[in-house]
Amino acid sequence: MPEPATTADAKIAQFPRAVAPATKEPPFIRIEGVTKRFGAFTAVSSVSLEIRKGEIFSLLGGSGCGKTTLLRMLAGFEDPTEGRIFIDGQDMTDLPPYERPVNMMFQSYALFPHMTVEKNVAYGLKHMDMTASQRTERVREMLALVQLSDFSHRKPHQISGGQRQRVALARALAKQPKLLLLDEPLAALDKKLREATQFELMDIQDKTGTTFIVVTHDQEEAMTLSSRLAVMDKGRIMQTGTATEVYEYPNSKLVAGFIGSINFFDATVRAAEGDTAEVEVPELGGTVEARAIPGLALGQPITLAIRPEKLTISRGKPATANAFPGKVRDLAYFGKDSLYRIQMPSGRVMSVNSVNARRVGENERVADWEDQVWLSFEPAAAILLKD
Amino acid sequence: MEAAHRSPVFRRWFNRRGWIKITIATPYVWLSLFFLLPFVIVIAMSFATRTPTAPPFSFGGDYPVMNTNHYARLFSDDLYIRAYLNSIGNATLATLMCLLIGYPMALGLTRVSRSWRNVLLMLVILPFWTSFLLRVYAWMGLMGTNSWFNKLLTGAYNWVMPADMALRYIPMMNTGFAVVLVTVYSYLPFMILPLYANLEKLDLSLNEAAMDLGSRPFQVFRDVTLPLSLPGIIAGSLLVFIPASGELIIPSLVGSSSQPMIGRVISDEFASARDWPMASAVAVALLLLLVGPLMAYTYFEGKSLEKKKAEGES
Repeated sequence: MPEPATTADAKIAQFPRAVAPATKEPPFIRIEGVTKRFGAFTAVSSVSLEIRKGEIFSLLGGSGCGKTTLLRMLAGFEDPTEGRIFIDGQDMTDLPPYERPVNMMFQSYALFPHMTVEKNVAYGLKHMDMTASQRTERVREMLALVQLSDFSHRKPHQISGGQRQRVALARALAKQPKLLLLDEPLAALDKKLREATQFELMDIQDKTGTTFIVVTHDQEEAMTLSSRLAVMDKGRIMQTGTATEVYEYPNSKLVAGFIGSINFFDATVRAAEGDTAEVEVPELGGTVEARAIPGLALGQPITLAIRPEKLTISRGKPATANAFPGKVRDLAYFGKDSLYRIQMPSGRVMSVNSVNARRVGENERVADWEDQVWLSFEPAAAILLKD
Repeated sequence: MEAAHRSPVFRRWFNRRGWIKITIATPYVWLSLFFLLPFVIVIAMSFATRTPTAPPFSFGGDYPVMNTNHYARLFSDDLYIRAYLNSIGNATLATLMCLLIGYPMALGLTRVSRSWRNVLLMLVILPFWTSFLLRVYAWMGLMGTNSWFNKLLTGAYNWVMPADMALRYIPMMNTGFAVVLVTVYSYLPFMILPLYANLEKLDLSLNEAAMDLGSRPFQVFRDVTLPLSLPGIIAGSLLVFIPASGELIIPSLVGSSSQPMIGRVISDEFASARDWPMASAVAVALLLLLVGPLMAYTYFEGKSLEKKKAEGES
């Protein structure tokens, strides 16, 4: 059992820290110090972002974090109180929605109920300089892209939720916008359909090469879909990066806690030398070896964070640096993995996620209720967070 | 409790299906008693013969089965045809005016903040708190030749028009214009309320979607709001048109006697001429005139819906 976990941890250790995006061309979308206030309430607070052409960029955050307001400012439905928005070098800040090369897929899909699928998709095209036959051809193309060619004469209420979502996508893509905004594109679909549609969306993005900005509260959705994502809270951007960067190298407690589950501990820095740091963790009853972050001072209070899947459970004491004894309090079997709740001698309960890599019977598990076990983790798996 | 205990059969029936049956039956019973039955009496009366008795009609006599003379008179005497045309014309004009004034008002109501909306809705309904008759009398005062309102309009008219067309006052009372004006004023809430109920339900993200796809505000209205508010327009128009075409009080008080209206004709036949069968025939004809097109519309609408549904499912 410890073997596969160790390899996984080794991989993390090798992962290059803070991948700098290869930027030669200027950013396609530039959001410069954008702030939006509604009366006394600040929905978006001095947000600056650069998004490259052809990216799927996600704005991730809980409700009320300002992600939708930011999206609506990109579409032109809200005017920023401060700051400017550039798309492909053009200042969009003062343009009304109908003059922007931007289309949006609404959370509710907002399909016109009195028009057929075909008319819905064709709606935006009538404002474009193209002949009737070009228009028909484009609609046909779009419906083929989302695999709805057979449904062109139906009204929105005559098709399923998943089909409606695809009509909305086809309608938003029909004008070949420079930027496509997607507001919670998968929220209204059930779990199975959501997974299939995620890949479909990525596939369509790949085919059209359109830049996507996706607003979502679902971290899994953001992580699978996007090339990069920004975690937002209270109108601010907390962290921007690839899914791996944000998940494995969160820069704050908030980001670490929002993306995935995690165990937090109060700790004190005891030693910091080059790459490794030693922190004392009272709740674990000892010191932990962790990967150092810049600017550590001895005696400084700090937060230690460990993701449940980075912890290894073993019967005997493993010969690694970070090993602590505990007792199994609870255990939930999910099939592909199991969740253990391990109580440390200090009384603190930790979540541990263990992949069921081997096929074992009821009584052959690594650990069972009330068993005494050892928890261990690689120094690289321990995240140090200043705030 | 005790009564229920004594009749468990009734209680079981009531709890299972009874209450829903009673609920559904209520409007049917009500309409049968207070609309269908009286209407059958009116239809029967329209085939009777006028007599100098009380009540002033009888069956049989010269016409053993039915007396159809009254219906024949509807076509031979041009008073009735003129009255129908005047009524329908005035009601159509009033309905169009109500739509023209009421639509922006209803749309405006859906766009203001919630607290303002309640105040404004209250203002729309507020005139109902005063007597309808009183409001018509108020208009009579306003339209009279010596009122400040008339003087104001006359002043404005004389200021705009050349001197040789100057007027001492604008003749408003006892004209078709007065009938339409007061009808519009009286029935405007019946247009605004159903329109508001319809517009309020429309999803604003549809407007945003249309705008996002390149439509200017006017195009958004034409392509999205207007077609989706059609049910509200139809409901409001019917609520104004139907009572307006049978209106009695407004044409009697502010209308011109040279412009007969169907409501007045019915009233005169009943009360002054004491010709109940004739009045009944006029009333039945009016109902057919109004309900006929409505039923045809509902029938064809239902047919086209069925057709669309069948197409969608194939």
